[in-house]
Amino acid sequence: MTTIKVGLASCGLAAGAGEVLTAIEKHLAGKKHKIEVKHTACIGMCFAEPLVEFVSENNESIIYGYVEPEKVGKLIEDYLTGNPQKENVVISDILDAAENKNYAKQERIVLRNCGRINPESIDDYLANNGYKSLEKAIKEMTREKIIDEMKKSGLRGRGGAGFPTGLKWQFAYNSKSDKKYIVCNADEGDPGAFMDRSVLEGDPHSILEGMAIGAYAIGADEGYIYCRAEYPMAIRHLEKAIADARERGFLGSNIMGTDFNFILHIKEGAGAFVCGEETALMASIEGERGMPRIRPPFPAQSGLWGKPTNINNVETFANVAWIILNGSAAYSKFGTKKSAGTKVFALAGKIKNSGLIEVPMGMPLKDVIYGVGGGMKTDKPFKGVQLGGPSGGCVPAHLLDTIVDYDSITSTGAIMGSGGMVVMDTGTCMVDVARFFLNFTQNESCGKCTFCRVGTKRMLEILTRITEGKGKMEDLDTLQDLATNIIKGSLCGLGQTAPNPVLTTLKYFKDEYIAHIVDKKCPAGVCVNLMKYEVIEDKCVGCTACARKCPVKAISGSVKNPHFIDQDKCIKCGICFDVCKFNAIQKS
Amino acid sequence: MIKNKKEVDQVISKFIGKKGSLIPLLQEVQNFEKYLSKDTMRYISEKTGVHLAQIYGVATFYTMFRLKPQGKHVIRVCKGTACHVSDANTILKAVNSELKLENGNDTTKDGLFTVMEVACLGCCSLAPVIMVDDNTHGKLTPEIIGEVLKKYK
Repeated sequence: MTTIKVGLASCGLAAGAGEVLTAIEKHLAGKKHKIEVKHTACIGMCFAEPLVEFVSENNESIIYGYVEPEKVGKLIEDYLTGNPQKENVVISDILDAAENKNYAKQERIVLRNCGRINPESIDDYLANNGYKSLEKAIKEMTREKIIDEMKKSGLRGRGGAGFPTGLKWQFAYNSKSDKKYIVCNADEGDPGAFMDRSVLEGDPHSILEGMAIGAYAIGADEGYIYCRAEYPMAIRHLEKAIADARERGFLGSNIMGTDFNFILHIKEGAGAFVCGEETALMASIEGERGMPRIRPPFPAQSGLWGKPTNINNVETFANVAWIILNGSAAYSKFGTKKSAGTKVFALAGKIKNSGLIEVPMGMPLKDVIYGVGGGMKTDKPFKGVQLGGPSGGCVPAHLLDTIVDYDSITSTGAIMGSGGMVVMDTGTCMVDVARFFLNFTQNESCGKCTFCRVGTKRMLEILTRITEGKGKMEDLDTLQDLATNIIKGSLCGLGQTAPNPVLTTLKYFKDEYIAHIVDKKCPAGVCVNLMKYEVIEDKCVGCTACARKCPVKAISGSVKNPHFIDQDKCIKCGICFDVCKFNAIQKS
Repeated sequence: MIKNKKEVDQVISKFIGKKGSLIPLLQEVQNFEKYLSKDTMRYISEKTGVHLAQIYGVATFYTMFRLKPQGKHVIRVCKGTACHVSDANTILKAVNSELKLENGNDTTKDGLFTVMEVACLGCCSLAPVIMVDDNTHGKLTPEIIGEVLKKYK
């Protein structure tokens, strides 16, 4: 029987996958085709959403992208008559497809089931080695052996800091207590990152299984998943997964007939970036303001409600079941000596194949962007890539040979972070990007440490001044100075890394800062205070195209007469510039 | 004033005495009250014994909690990195201009829409993105904002 799978993750739905699904069901209704329609989540090719996959009886697959509801009927009929359409094939193992080569460069461990199985079906997960790893762990392995395997695998915390997971488990295991907790950090707050969302939506059971193995290893019997409320689908899928796993006896008391008990709760975050920091996250679970606490004591000694607690990120937990089932040696075969395994990245910005990818550590950034990512989306050249979100930095073109591992990326001034990769072209202003991140971090600073609270605000004011053309050269020294002190004077990762975007852009794109300050120009044409759109009266024929398209009605004028742009109303969106066929709009 | 006192009482009795329950309690109350008024917070404090200062502290710390009335539809304009480099600012301006919101007002006079800026909706590949209630709209341009919002009017 043929299976048709429709990708129904948040990104797919936003692109119209719901309408495509309805069209497929409508087309099949009343016909005698032997077709099973299945729901799945995100396979990572978000740029080509909505995606529909055809899987034959012999398990041969064709994935179509850019599917339109009006055309699915013909797509299905052509497939069934043995002449599958050849246009818009994104990946396939029987047809030539645009992304076959790029897809083959990926190694999918964390994303092994994403976009393949129905995330709401525990049977689908079980059919793909689901919960076998948990069974192996609690029935055949000692706690020490599990921790040892995790250490040998070389897995490091995928939340960004890269602390060895096995060692973290060891600390929690060593703490003596009648009660311990295990926590999954699913408060993916980095703007520009959506790795965790896709895993939670697409393969929630893998997180549950990883957490259960971790709980068994450290001796915990209760766990929390702290998930941000902006991900309603992730929360829904997790709730269903927990209920199903309980019913089948993978969670609860006496799991699989052993004396291991484990219960799991979901805590919805309430919108605070700082709660991604582990001590702030625990404060939030306890119902307090999410403010970081001084370490030591570390969570492994005194965490949630004063009990030993182990916290790992979503992607870290998603690796666990695979490692236990396949062995640490199979895992450490991928990657570099100090950064083993694979890493999931969310590609976004001016890149062609925006979406989710998983590559072995050690791959050069160039291959990630130009190989797997398909290169630039626009015809403007590459300028930089922002790694690690607001805590990270911009890596410029001449450093694209840097390989993906914790230490190499840190040496550029950026950080690996959780995996957000925002690609920028020459149309992006680096001063504006630095200002954007500072605006974010100063908003999200919890206010506990003075340098973070006040220092980021002052840095933001300076950056704003520069983008408005009111900067002074000595501002650059002040920025550097403030950055150094904020790093030194902050308790948690938020403050310690907040200046990174400014420091890296100052290091690699200093001439752009100077252009704003000295020449009062924004080379990328982004900073609105340094530019304006005007009508060249001689060239304007009064066709009214610009006035009709202007979203804020800033353009006035009558037919066949030159038009006029009201600078107070103009939002500098550039639409008039794009729609004018007579080159009568100038940007200066 | 508390609009749905009965429901508030139910939520309080569900969570009372449970450790770490202040945030979910406030979340559930806000779900039907639409925002946390002074009266509501005072009432929760009296009933649960949690200090009013602590409730206010939590309510002002997290962006999800609103202390002002909210429109029928909530528009979340994504200001994440990918959206920012794809010109999210123009989208925000177009939304505000479409709804005639000025001088920092975030809710329309007819109480139909509230506009919020959010850090990231996680749909970066479709940037720029807005979310109206639970529906995400992607690959937006300022010209089509009017059309998108029409559906909710």
